[in-house]
Amino acid sequence: MDIRKGSINVKNIIGRKVGMTSVFTEDGRSVPVTVIQAGPCTVVQKKTKETDGYEAVALAFGDVKPSRLTKALQGHYKKAGLAPKRDIREFRTGIEGVELGATITVDGFAQGDRVDVQGISKGHGFAGGIKRHNFSGGGASHGSMIHRQPGSNGDTNAGHTPKGSRRPGHYGVDRITHQNLEVVRADTERNLLLVRGPVPGPKNGLVIVQLSVKTKVTA
Amino acid sequence: MNVLDLIQKEQEKPSVPEFRPGDTVKVYSKVVEGGKERIQMFEGVVTVRKGGGLGEAITVRRVAHGVGVERTFLLHSPRVDRIEVSKRGIVRRSRLYYLSEKVGKAARIKERKQERKTAK
Repeated sequence: MDIRKGSINVKNIIGRKVGMTSVFTEDGRSVPVTVIQAGPCTVVQKKTKETDGYEAVALAFGDVKPSRLTKALQGHYKKAGLAPKRDIREFRTGIEGVELGATITVDGFAQGDRVDVQGISKGHGFAGGIKRHNFSGGGASHGSMIHRQPGSNGDTNAGHTPKGSRRPGHYGVDRITHQNLEVVRADTERNLLLVRGPVPGPKNGLVIVQLSVKTKVTA
Repeated sequence: MNVLDLIQKEQEKPSVPEFRPGDTVKVYSKVVEGGKERIQMFEGVVTVRKGGGLGEAITVRRVAHGVGVERTFLLHSPRVDRIEVSKRGIVRRSRLYYLSEKVGKAARIKERKQERKTAK
């Protein structure tokens, strides 16, 4: 059985990246972690196969002045009978038994869980091949004249640049998912989630934490 | 105080004895051996004290059986049980890397019997 479907604890949450630090584990190792201020989220909508064509729950997160929202969104919250929140994200997995209006906190996560963390990566603007695609670059001196240039785009017989060639261009501000990160700690008192390693996006960036698709299926 | 500082603060040890490079310390660290935990002592001269906050680390040097041994310890690690200062030394730099090239008499450090007067 897929534990992502059968679990009562909802392992879906929205949060904000606070930053990175390190913590000591029980056996004394120092582990690099990203701190995520996660939840509490409220369930503002349940989408069903009949009405929407697919099953999903919409979670809302973050405090906001109601007047900052559009009338349409205000109505959306009013219909659900809930306090307005800043952001809404839909989740399509691990949603069984989730009721409208329920509050979802980091309670569902435990130490050792594997999660996927999704965020919008930092923007780098128009970046060259070295930064964007890890090109090597040319020599710095001895008259090399090729310093950070991308080099060849392909053979002259082809007469055109192949589709998908790695060129300079806009880099960052992409939706990135970091898979299979370990939950080092779930702090239910302060609504914090400590995840091992880096997480995409800037500090204060919105991140979505879900049970990892790589989680081993247990019987 | 922001969340990150708080997380770090609560992991730091409430008190670490005051010592500096050149001092001789005993570091009692927890070692897991054959499934059993015991405390091991390592005594030597502090050659480096670097980093701050949770990441503060010291390097301790001693000469064991004619071989120089240097170990680094994270000051706030739960594996470091306690630290005792056994001798104070007078040194003129903060990183005693020169000790690794010196043997015997040349590697001695003068003992600091009383606190240096603070310059007026």
